[in-house]
Amino acid sequence: MEDQRHLDTTIAAPESSRERERLEPEVYGLIAEFATPGQLLQAARRAREAGYRRMDAYSPFPIEGLSEEVGFHHTGLPAIVLIAGIVGALSGFGMQYWMSKIDYPLNVGGRPLNSWPSFIPVTFELTILFAALAAVIGMLALNGLPMPYHPVFGAPRFARASTDRFFLAIEATDTKFDRKETWAFLESLQPLTVSEVEP
Amino acid sequence: MATVDPPKTNATQKKEYEHPAPVLEGAHDYTTVTDKISGIVLTRHTPRSWFLAFGVGFLLLMVFFGAVTYLLFAGTGIWGINIPVAWGFAIINFVWWIGIGHAGTLISAILLLMRQQWRTSINRFAEAMTLFAVACAGMFPILHMGRPWLAYWLLPYPNVMGLWPQFRSPLVWDVFAVSTYGTVSFLFWFVGLIPDFATMRDRAENSTLRTFYGLLAMGWRGSAVHWHRYETAYLLLAGLATPLVVSVHTVVSFDFAVSVVPGWHTTVFPPYFVAGAIYSGFAMVLTLVIPIRAIYRLEDMITIRHLRNMAKVMLATGLIVGYGYLMEFFMSWYGANSYEQYVTSNRMFGPYAPIFWSLILCNILTPQLLWFRRIRDNVAVLFVIAVVINIGMWLERYVIVVTSLHRDYLPSSWGMYGGTIWDYATFAGTIGLFLSLLYLFIRVLPMISIFEVRHLISTRPKAE
Repeated sequence: MEDQRHLDTTIAAPESSRERERLEPEVYGLIAEFATPGQLLQAARRAREAGYRRMDAYSPFPIEGLSEEVGFHHTGLPAIVLIAGIVGALSGFGMQYWMSKIDYPLNVGGRPLNSWPSFIPVTFELTILFAALAAVIGMLALNGLPMPYHPVFGAPRFARASTDRFFLAIEATDTKFDRKETWAFLESLQPLTVSEVEP
Repeated sequence: MATVDPPKTNATQKKEYEHPAPVLEGAHDYTTVTDKISGIVLTRHTPRSWFLAFGVGFLLLMVFFGAVTYLLFAGTGIWGINIPVAWGFAIINFVWWIGIGHAGTLISAILLLMRQQWRTSINRFAEAMTLFAVACAGMFPILHMGRPWLAYWLLPYPNVMGLWPQFRSPLVWDVFAVSTYGTVSFLFWFVGLIPDFATMRDRAENSTLRTFYGLLAMGWRGSAVHWHRYETAYLLLAGLATPLVVSVHTVVSFDFAVSVVPGWHTTVFPPYFVAGAIYSGFAMVLTLVIPIRAIYRLEDMITIRHLRNMAKVMLATGLIVGYGYLMEFFMSWYGANSYEQYVTSNRMFGPYAPIFWSLILCNILTPQLLWFRRIRDNVAVLFVIAVVINIGMWLERYVIVVTSLHRDYLPSSWGMYGGTIWDYATFAGTIGLFLSLLYLFIRVLPMISIFEVRHLISTRPKAE
């Protein structure tokens, strides 16, 4: 493969991991490029079976089951949205109750100060508003966005991850990560290219 | 633009029922759809018809600015509103615009929850339409206040008068409903755009554009973990927007139904307002999508299937609206309330009878043509029907607002109403605002959700 030149083969195989650290610069990880979502899903599954844990996959559209393969099972987002919705409902009703009953009691045609059925529409709207804002802000915050720079953006051809290419990155922080072995492993998945990602 | 399919035999019709027309035509792959949709934006070439449509919109927008400037100078006396008809065009237009927005939310949220694949190529566009329609709608209650610069008095904020809004009033509910609707519609639209902003960033060739789309994409990189949370958030938003859209037009109908005015004080209002909103919204989507599809050659992505389905939704909601009218007439007769009975006969045979019968023609009779497949498949006829329904829905609000108010309980306070040139100018002006925003949107942002079309391709069974 053309991109194999990214692997510096001039350096002799180092004896120890410390030696390796000394001889080779830190990398963010290795990234393999695939042509179809099926291949990416398969590759992620095999990487997990091979014992890799710190990895991520990148695709131009959501692929069902891919996040599970890279080791992500559960998001706390629904809980955040539920809590925000409850807070919205309580603050919506509480606001109207306090304003109409406590802070400025105003007798309008003998209607009860706490006319709770009339307070429901605003309570409902604020429930939705709080929950929707929490869904969006929560999703962005949990994803760590906005994040203007990320190492994978430096990977060759990564711009196509938003069009028609599918990437699997194994990160250097993985305990099983070894530049040569991981490289060979990624090559065995028959990708289009494999390349290093600079930190 | 007018493409008439050849007449079908019974055999092909049956086949079509079993295998409906595809939601995506042509031999497209991930690259070609991305090129096609992003290419509309990332090019120096702007079609002449874009300039024409935007030009008309911009001209009308200037009319809007002129009309509003004079309104701020002279006050609402320049409008046709009077006592007893204090609401007039402002409320008619408000209800009309907000109703149009509802189709966008329906397409993006409700059809998502129902896993309708045909929503994919029209949802982005319809959401943008919602957003701009809400912007136009919002103009009217604010301008109608007379002192629009005090519009913030509607909000509950601590003030030196020590007063709070009257939360028992549907008009205050409206403030919360419409502002929440505007906010949530924006969030839905923006979240849907984030992955496409990333595509635009990666495809833009000039650095200014790359920075522009890059800032909007916020560093989106398509990580599997991000997609997981993204899809969760999107689904939750759809689940939240669905009851919201129903509540918004319900609250708008409460503006009428909670009052004691004959012709307004009726429980059928909320459901039939919601159905009417979706009806007019789909009509507006068709009115806009049919020319744009032709201008940008998007027939592969906005296929006859989309137009057909939208026509069917229009027919269904049109029938619900018809049922609403029927129930109004029935209840006014059955309720044995002489004021209600008078409102109905005044609508049919009073001074505004021509408007009432035009409304029946536009809203009830014309859409019956949609029962015929030949009509649904004829793009030009569909366009005309959609425009007629838009007019019909405007007339419906005219009848509701004006005929109820102009003759209520006391004959001594009866009066007549008609819009002035400034009413028409302001209304035409908001159409200008709408068109200007819409055409700017299709010039600078991808009008079809690229990543969702890619997803559609990945799920499409291989034809070869």
